[in-house]
Amino acid sequence: MTSDKKQLDLTAIRERLRAQTGRDYWRSLEELADTEEFRELVHREFPRQASEWTDEVGRRGFLKLMSASLALAGLGACTTQPLEKIIPYVRPPEQLVPGKPLFFATAMTLGGNAIGLLAESHMGRPTKIEGNPSHPASLGATDAYSQASVLSLYDPDRAQAVTERGRIRSWTSLQVALAAEIDTLKTRRGRGLRILTETVGSPTLRFQLQELLRALPQAKWYEYEPVNWDNRREGTRLAFGRPMSFHYRLDQARVVLSLGSDFFCSRPESVRYARDFTARRRARENPSDMNRLYVVESVPSPTGTIADHRLPLRPSELGRFAQALAARIAGGQPGDGETPGEHSKWLDALARDLSANRGQSLVIPGEFESPEVQRAAHQINSALGNIGKTIEYTPEPDGGRTSQSDGLRELAGEMGDGQADVLIILGANPVYAAPADLKFAERIMKPRLRVHLSPYLDETSRLCHWHVPETHFLEQWSDAEAFDGTVTIVQPLITPLYESRSAHEIVSLLQGRYRSGYDSVRDYWRSQQPGADFEKFWKTALNDGVVPGTGSAAPMAATSAVAPGAQRPQQGRTDTQGDRGEATGGPERRQTGAASPPGSTTQPRPGQRAAAPLVALQSPAQKKSDLEVGSTARPGGASLELIFRPDPSVYDGRFSNNGWLQELPKPLTKLTWDNAALLSPRTAERLGVRSEDVVELRYHGAAVQAPVWVAPGHADECVTVHLGYGREYGGKLATGAGFNAYRLRRSDTPWGGPGLEVRKTGERHRLATTQAHWSIEGRNIVRTGTVEEYQKNPHFVHEKEHGFGPELSLYPEYEYEGNAWGMAIDLNACLGCNACVVACQAENNVPVVGKDQVIKQREMHWLRIDTYHEGNLDNPKTVHQPMLCQQCEKAPCEVVCPVAATVHSSEGLNDMIYNRCVGTRYCSNNCPYKVRRFNFLQFSDKETPSLKVMYNPDVTVRDRGVMEKCTYCVQRINAARIEAKKEDRPIRDGEVVTACQAACPTHAIVFGNINDPNSQVAKLKKLSLNYSVLGELNTQPRTTYLAALRNPNPELGTE
Amino acid sequence: MERADFKPAIYGLMAEFDTPDTLIQAVRKVRAEGYTRIDAYTPFPVEGLAEEVGFHSNLLPILVLGAGIVGALGGFGLQYWVSKIDYPLNVGGRPLNSWPSFIPVTFELTILFAALTAVLGMIALNGLPMPYHPVFNVPRFAMASQDRFFLCVESTDEKFDREKTLTFLQGLHAKAVTEVDY
Amino acid sequence: MATVDQPKTATPRPEGYEAPPSVLEGDHTYATVTDKISGIVLTRKTPLSWFLIFGVGFSLMMVFFGAVGYLLLKGTGIWGINVPVAWGFAIINFVWWIGIGHAGTLISAILLLMRQEWRTSINRFAEAMTLFAVACAGMFPILHMGRPWLFYWLLPYPNVMSLWPQFRSPLVWDVFAVSTYGTVSLLFWFVGLVPDFGTMRDKAQNGTARVIYGMLSLGWRGSASHWHRYETAYLLLAGLATPLVVSVHTVVSFDFAVSVIPGWHTTVFPPYFVAGAIYSGFAMVLTLVIPIRAIYGLEDMITRRHLNNMAKVMLATGLIVAYGYMIEMFMSWYGANNFEQYMSRNRMAGPYAPIFWSLILCNVLTPQLLWFKRFRNNVVVLFLIAIVVNIGMWLERYVIVITSLHRDYLPSSWGMYHGTIWDYATYAGTIGLFLALMFLFIRVLPMISIFEVRSLVKTNRRPSHTE
Repeated sequence: MTSDKKQLDLTAIRERLRAQTGRDYWRSLEELADTEEFRELVHREFPRQASEWTDEVGRRGFLKLMSASLALAGLGACTTQPLEKIIPYVRPPEQLVPGKPLFFATAMTLGGNAIGLLAESHMGRPTKIEGNPSHPASLGATDAYSQASVLSLYDPDRAQAVTERGRIRSWTSLQVALAAEIDTLKTRRGRGLRILTETVGSPTLRFQLQELLRALPQAKWYEYEPVNWDNRREGTRLAFGRPMSFHYRLDQARVVLSLGSDFFCSRPESVRYARDFTARRRARENPSDMNRLYVVESVPSPTGTIADHRLPLRPSELGRFAQALAARIAGGQPGDGETPGEHSKWLDALARDLSANRGQSLVIPGEFESPEVQRAAHQINSALGNIGKTIEYTPEPDGGRTSQSDGLRELAGEMGDGQADVLIILGANPVYAAPADLKFAERIMKPRLRVHLSPYLDETSRLCHWHVPETHFLEQWSDAEAFDGTVTIVQPLITPLYESRSAHEIVSLLQGRYRSGYDSVRDYWRSQQPGADFEKFWKTALNDGVVPGTGSAAPMAATSAVAPGAQRPQQGRTDTQGDRGEATGGPERRQTGAASPPGSTTQPRPGQRAAAPLVALQSPAQKKSDLEVGSTARPGGASLELIFRPDPSVYDGRFSNNGWLQELPKPLTKLTWDNAALLSPRTAERLGVRSEDVVELRYHGAAVQAPVWVAPGHADECVTVHLGYGREYGGKLATGAGFNAYRLRRSDTPWGGPGLEVRKTGERHRLATTQAHWSIEGRNIVRTGTVEEYQKNPHFVHEKEHGFGPELSLYPEYEYEGNAWGMAIDLNACLGCNACVVACQAENNVPVVGKDQVIKQREMHWLRIDTYHEGNLDNPKTVHQPMLCQQCEKAPCEVVCPVAATVHSSEGLNDMIYNRCVGTRYCSNNCPYKVRRFNFLQFSDKETPSLKVMYNPDVTVRDRGVMEKCTYCVQRINAARIEAKKEDRPIRDGEVVTACQAACPTHAIVFGNINDPNSQVAKLKKLSLNYSVLGELNTQPRTTYLAALRNPNPELGTE
Repeated sequence: MERADFKPAIYGLMAEFDTPDTLIQAVRKVRAEGYTRIDAYTPFPVEGLAEEVGFHSNLLPILVLGAGIVGALGGFGLQYWVSKIDYPLNVGGRPLNSWPSFIPVTFELTILFAALTAVLGMIALNGLPMPYHPVFNVPRFAMASQDRFFLCVESTDEKFDREKTLTFLQGLHAKAVTEVDY
Repeated sequence: MATVDQPKTATPRPEGYEAPPSVLEGDHTYATVTDKISGIVLTRKTPLSWFLIFGVGFSLMMVFFGAVGYLLLKGTGIWGINVPVAWGFAIINFVWWIGIGHAGTLISAILLLMRQEWRTSINRFAEAMTLFAVACAGMFPILHMGRPWLFYWLLPYPNVMSLWPQFRSPLVWDVFAVSTYGTVSLLFWFVGLVPDFGTMRDKAQNGTARVIYGMLSLGWRGSASHWHRYETAYLLLAGLATPLVVSVHTVVSFDFAVSVIPGWHTTVFPPYFVAGAIYSGFAMVLTLVIPIRAIYGLEDMITRRHLNNMAKVMLATGLIVAYGYMIEMFMSWYGANNFEQYMSRNRMAGPYAPIFWSLILCNVLTPQLLWFKRFRNNVVVLFLIAIVVNIGMWLERYVIVITSLHRDYLPSSWGMYHGTIWDYATYAGTIGLFLALMFLFIRVLPMISIFEVRSLVKTNRRPSHTE
């Protein structure tokens, strides 16, 4: 993309699209505007990529740094398991967990909520993460983050020793230093001690901190995480007068409306939501029962892509939309909050559909939408009688807690005026992630002693006296609470690789009595189990990955006021909550809004309209401000709305040194190694910018430069930026990638708002997308339909086929006795959440290649997710198609290999023999699906010790010059075969679970023996929705797809 | 004959001509005279000269044909044996004996064998390489590769008689007649 | 030689045959012919232009070695290839060079069988060109492999794993076709040289030269029976080389035609690849002959008649190639296969359209000038057209390889391809290698078949031969 190319002519594109008839998919704007490419060619014809060996920061950096690192040091420890007794996950029923090695139940915490995991341990080395079937947030599946966590463990960029002002110190020297401090603090009851943690999801840690605060009443503990749930809490507070935590029962909902919520990906329990939702999404059995999803959102999201109806609205509009809908549901007549005519068709249809499904409907407020939107959602849900049915509330354990943003602002203030003398930061990275207006970087210099616990030497560590490496969750003892209160004991699979400590240990140090994490956790739980046989309890807890008796918090009717803390699983929680009340000088004080942010429009004071269970519609004042918001951001106005979102790959920045996640194509944009300013085609047109133009974003005085990415389906007149990029310290991969959106962030409007100015700089920034942006050219590759179509003609999927069947093949059919492996992928269930992609990468030792190589289209993912848009540029329909080796029975790749390096196995697998491959790449050329990957250079790192440890020993690490591709996880098939042989029985259905299948939250991927008519996969393949991609080539793929079905509301039509 | 004892034995007598035609005329006469062990040397192939000199048998074509057949059978045989018997593999669901795919290699090997035989056969039958040959002892013979034409009657011919043959050759308008030493 | 006894009026003519100008002008005798040709190597002092061109070739050859060295060090990643476009310059250049080679065999074999005496003064030269072109071509399939040092796995040899090549793969066919082609061309060339080695041996003043030429001549003494067998062998070789030359580029075209990729999977490929090969081959012969003829003053042996005929062959093959393009487009439309149809559209209007259209300009439009006699007889114009056609044929392969691959079946995996500096270096490098070898050949071997030209002298002297 060269700068002198002419501006994208979007009107022309629209014309073309209007002209097109039928279901025609396109992928990108550059391509749609054909003329573009002519011009482009002239520039492209010259060897621009000649810089191959100079600019390889990504891959080269990745390798160099790792080998340079001291990883070796830790490795001695790698194969030794912790001294404490940990319990292997007992061999589970074979339908659930694949693989030979031992599995240990543990959990990963994100945003204070846990997802239960099983970590695969080879000879004491955790190599792979699976979901824990008995954990409510996982049900055996995982998200991309937990899949990638293994790489974070072995990341050689991790801090490896305790340092003071950058000089390596012994652990004891820190103990000594702190001990002295603690004594002085004790004398003044902890005055001046400030502790900053991330959202604490560990009951034990919470208990420890409260103990500490009891001992040092003057001390204060703040929680802050850049991606926090303040608005969620605030919304419930507005609606019910007290903060509630709540979760959804999507399996109970027939009609779901998301008000800006990406509930399939945005929360740790999203995996569970996806599972529940798609359970009712599969229309095959009884189409009439299929659920319907409306999504009103500003930023295109995976949730939006699976919606039956999607309406892009910018946040201010979305707010009004929510109010209007609430009004209609409540009163039936159009609400006064609504500008007449606006989206009335939508509102009418929605209101009618929702009301028609009382108790079976659900309105989900966006986690990051304003509290008013949240409140509206709760009101609608209660009006529809959904409470207790499709949504369940439980009161917050410590309702007094102030919002994290307010808390951080308070802390910043205290640091500023010197009240904070000793600052202990556990895990968080505020210098990088705090809203810019808090000037954290300056103020943090005030406290006399600053101690930072974090996995990397990051921006905050640089400004602290002491830095203590933090243990990875696979290295530490802890516990973690899930969305419904289920607690998992986090048990380590490996002793810490480096001189690292867990938060439990640091806190215990502050308490003046150092205890290992193990002791802290055990002691806490012993206190929770009076009388009961603790060892037995402990064993069960570790084994199942779920603490018995916790979880599935009893639902409560929202209207009935319930004392906070009642009906909590453990009484321990309630009294800790009480303790906290005393310790921090009482939540009531905060509730009175002492720390109210100045000029906050989106965050009304805590405690304001505290009482009434269900507050009536918003006050005129509130409405007015809403309208202002609207007017300031009308099209044509200079100012746009700014939207912050956690990055789908690196979240809030904590994963930004994780190569797997950095190279993970983000849903919909398929961007890697970068974040961008997303805006809608129309807005881009108005501003005269194109993708990869660098613009200056100016928001309330702060400014950053960001490359533009034009995102079809994005709401107009607003710009989305993703957090987590533009790191300065914290790892070779983290630093330098993308721009830092936190620079724009303000503590009073953490998720953005109006007042953004965009200025074109004229520069360009090359973005690496794994999908060259092209149109589907009316090809019959992804197939979708509506339930009506399906009911009318179950075979509609096959109508457009212009192929012929195997009966016309020139070649004899091969007989596959015994097992014949096959796969079926349900496009209806695929959300494009990427979990399978990372799972595959982790399982199969797929290398990371770096941005430069991705630009050259050399990424190595064996499994990729193709995303196709359909129709209208401003609000397209989208389908995801996981694409992996189709294991064709008449494989074109095999015939052209001159050395028989890829041949068919007796079970119909398209085997790849790396040793034999000479790298002619003919097979890749001749693969119609382009799923083969070639090691153009030495991509896999065979030097770095810590990576050697991480590799899956069952899978060859490929060398330069060798072709590779999806193997259907043949190593897992063989493991199962060995088991079956030992027991002298055939391999059972579901005994072999591929890595992608295991990770998939929605069971979209099903694998098995197609020779067995009773196998799940065989049944799926019999369905009329089943089709093979490019079947007309008669390659007879073993992987087939089930067409996606949508359930549009007849009133709104399919657009 | 005794007198012959005084002179060293010679390979033969060589007559030099300056056009192919005079050479051919000479050859005819020499043959008519009854000489059999003769040979003609020319700077380029002269049509019919070989026949005149009395050269007939030429088994080169048969050799080449044989080699071609061997190449064809060998080529296909190799592929068949490899793919069907020695290491049968399911390659893209194609039959083990995918004979149409085996044709190109079979063809190439046919050509290769035949061509090699043609050249090596020619060289061998001509008794080449032969670094030394008596005719090169005649200084003028260097012209045989340029623009002169030579006729050599070898002494092993039973009609050969040093004087008689000499005078006979001189009678054929040869530019010169010289003795060819061993 | 066989033409000696053929009355001119009786010989079958190539299309567009004209009696004068003759194939050997000037008043040449056997001796003058011999002296002139052998003199270039033995007596005349090497012209400065030789040093210039050879120097250029040699330095480019060094570039080639550099590029290959870095390639082996780093891997094929230094090139522009990617997925979907996993084949790039390497294969393009391979096909291009192989194609060029074809002219030599065609001239020496097919024209021999057709008794075209005008071939005689250019066949030696063309055969040498074939050899060196094949040498350049042969390197690319090996270099483009991910692990070149294992290239011998493509050969059938007994091994402990009893692993064999996969004979269904066109790449294996290539190995056999190209190696056979190389071998036969070498034999043909050498056999043709043997009598001339004899001449060189006899004319060389320098002792070592004598010895070397002597050895190479195998002691050739021009005996009648030898000549007889020699001619039989030569004819047989010609007979074998003729189907071979057709088969080689057919097999090369199979690399594409056998695949499933739209734009590759085409039955018209074999014929139009062969035509294209001859087309480019003759273009290359002209490109080389025209300057060399001038440098060494060989206008009397490589006459306007030769140039004229070669131009005509180019015109004919060029038209066949154009027909090939046409049919390809027609079939993709007529076949009603939307992948094929898109492929054609994409070639003509896609991102690589400029290349496609310049290909049409070079290969289809420019050669039409050859219809006109005054262009055919204008050496400069001829030279330029030849160059243009060489470029055009390279572009053709670029279009076939790249535009077919970069957008095949699944739009999700579509991409772009651009050669890197290393791609260009390797390509230029082989051109250097070719030039260097070519000019070494000119320097040390008779570039025109002496003994065959002698027989031309004969025919000039005596138009028809009588007993």
